[in-house]
Amino acid sequence: MFQFIASHYNYWIVIFLMMAGFYIVVSRGNLVKKIVGLNIFQVSVFLLYISIGKVAGGTAPILTGKPELFSNPLPHVLILTAIVVGVATTALGLALVVRIREVYGSIEEADIQAANEAMEQEDVKAAQ
Amino acid sequence: MIFQFAQLPVLEVVLPLIAAPLCVLLRRGNWAWLLAMAVCWASFIIAIILLTSVDEGQIISYALGGWAPPLGIEYRIDAVNGLVLLIISGIGALVLPYARTSVAEEIPEQHRSLFYTCFLLCFSGLLGVTITGDAFNLFVFLEISSLSTYIMVAMGAARDRRALSASYTYLIMGTVGATFFVIGVGLIYAVTGSLNMVDIAQRLETVGDLRTVRVAYGFLVVGIGLKLAMFPMHLWLPNAYTYAPSVVTAFLASTATKVAVYALLRFMFTVFGLSFSLTIETLTFLFLPLALIAMFAGSTVAIFQVNMKRMLAYSSVAQIGYMLLGVSFANVTGLTATLIHLFNHALMKGALFMALGCVMLRLGDVSIKSMRGLGKRMPWTMAAFVAGGLSLIGVPLTVGFISKWYLIEAALERGWWPVAILVVASSLLAVIYVWRVVEVAYFREPEGGPRRCEAPLSMLVPLWTLVAANLYFGIDAEFTASVAQLAASELLAGVMP
Repeated sequence: MFQFIASHYNYWIVIFLMMAGFYIVVSRGNLVKKIVGLNIFQVSVFLLYISIGKVAGGTAPILTGKPELFSNPLPHVLILTAIVVGVATTALGLALVVRIREVYGSIEEADIQAANEAMEQEDVKAAQ
Repeated sequence: MIFQFAQLPVLEVVLPLIAAPLCVLLRRGNWAWLLAMAVCWASFIIAIILLTSVDEGQIISYALGGWAPPLGIEYRIDAVNGLVLLIISGIGALVLPYARTSVAEEIPEQHRSLFYTCFLLCFSGLLGVTITGDAFNLFVFLEISSLSTYIMVAMGAARDRRALSASYTYLIMGTVGATFFVIGVGLIYAVTGSLNMVDIAQRLETVGDLRTVRVAYGFLVVGIGLKLAMFPMHLWLPNAYTYAPSVVTAFLASTATKVAVYALLRFMFTVFGLSFSLTIETLTFLFLPLALIAMFAGSTVAIFQVNMKRMLAYSSVAQIGYMLLGVSFANVTGLTATLIHLFNHALMKGALFMALGCVMLRLGDVSIKSMRGLGKRMPWTMAAFVAGGLSLIGVPLTVGFISKWYLIEAALERGWWPVAILVVASSLLAVIYVWRVVEVAYFREPEGGPRRCEAPLSMLVPLWTLVAANLYFGIDAEFTASVAQLAASELLAGVMP
């Protein structure tokens, strides 16, 4: 049992980070903290991919001409792409938070929701 | 020869991708618009050529950069994605001529060339998701289209600040969906060692029914479900569609969710296949009830909306229910119904949202109050809206009727007659919310006097082209039915050698 847990430690780390990140996204009302949670969530997936690519006893996949055992380089390449996507998402998310702060004067979800609901009630009134 | 037919699959995606940064360099909104229009029409023509070369069951396989699949990225076109490519590029080509006036009204001058950049990025992302045969490549294109969509939704903030919070919610939920998708692809890669969809399908058969594969399946279905606004995961959709600029709503409502439905079909049928242990269970015990709930809940909520854009957004949630319902039958007629409805819903929602865009241009408001007496003030726009509405209900001689016909036929084929009755019953809800608008527009006195304020011709022509398509394909369903039927049988046949 202990052996099973210890030999899969990379997966435990991934699962912990994944759940922690996801919990932050769902539970926090602060828009910046949500983005931080989203980042942790994404990073856990990066770790999942990279740990999958590890070959026991393998070295970095650099061609030297000698017959050597390499780690699988493909997951690394995929994750490079995913990191770029993650950076773009974070940048866009934070830019949106800046704009939201400018027009709503707050970055708390509850305040923004209250402001939106007030606007919606005005819309309903105006339509009658 | 300069022009090579063999390169068409890659040109379809790369042309808009290259044109996007050029739009930034052009800086002037009108020049960017011209470039975007030229590129979209080129893509549309390429999509027509591609579809006509796969409409007898052939498959085009294009090895990107000359690296042969399964190692290299493959663009693989059959009747299924040929049809979806046609929908996306066709709607793009029709939305752009319409966009110029509408964008000039709703988006400030300094943002206009950037708007067209985002539009092209989204356009090429959606085409890329559809055309690619590589699972990870699909994720990258999905994120290209999603990121540019978030920006376009947020550009509605010039008119209503709620666009920002709508865009933020969409970003969070969309990214969670995309990350779920990547987890699924990663787990499949861990089991099969391949990213090429056809190759994965073949290897999965030899792998057997592992728990890793089942988990991957779950992550993929939920991830794509978030992107396509499957019923309990649709919360981002109404606000995003309501507060986005009119052009964006018209484009997204008729393309973005369709592409997600396509991705779902691709993974469920081509990659996992009906023989996979969970597929039939998901379809019967998950998709069928959720689709039925979406049909009724979406339409019921739509009835009570005062903002017409939001009303149509909730109606979209219901229409996605119809598409999933077709999938859940898991037979050729059901999948044919789904694919026909993909095409038809793009036509009707495109027309309806474009009509609302015309109202937005003239009145600056799309609440039910602003629709008073519009039948006299904007006769052409409102006539188009009514035609689109009839199509949404499923009145004979419109495309909506064809969709519902195939859905009911598929339900009866499975012997599920209560489902067939529910399809008809939910259409009656559509009658109510469309009638509300008709009543207000034609039987109330106009608010600002009977003065005519019809939308300009540049917006009416694309709008009426879509309405004409609604009627044409409603009367002569030969083309849609034959392509959709071929596509459905290709999907159910699984991987072809």
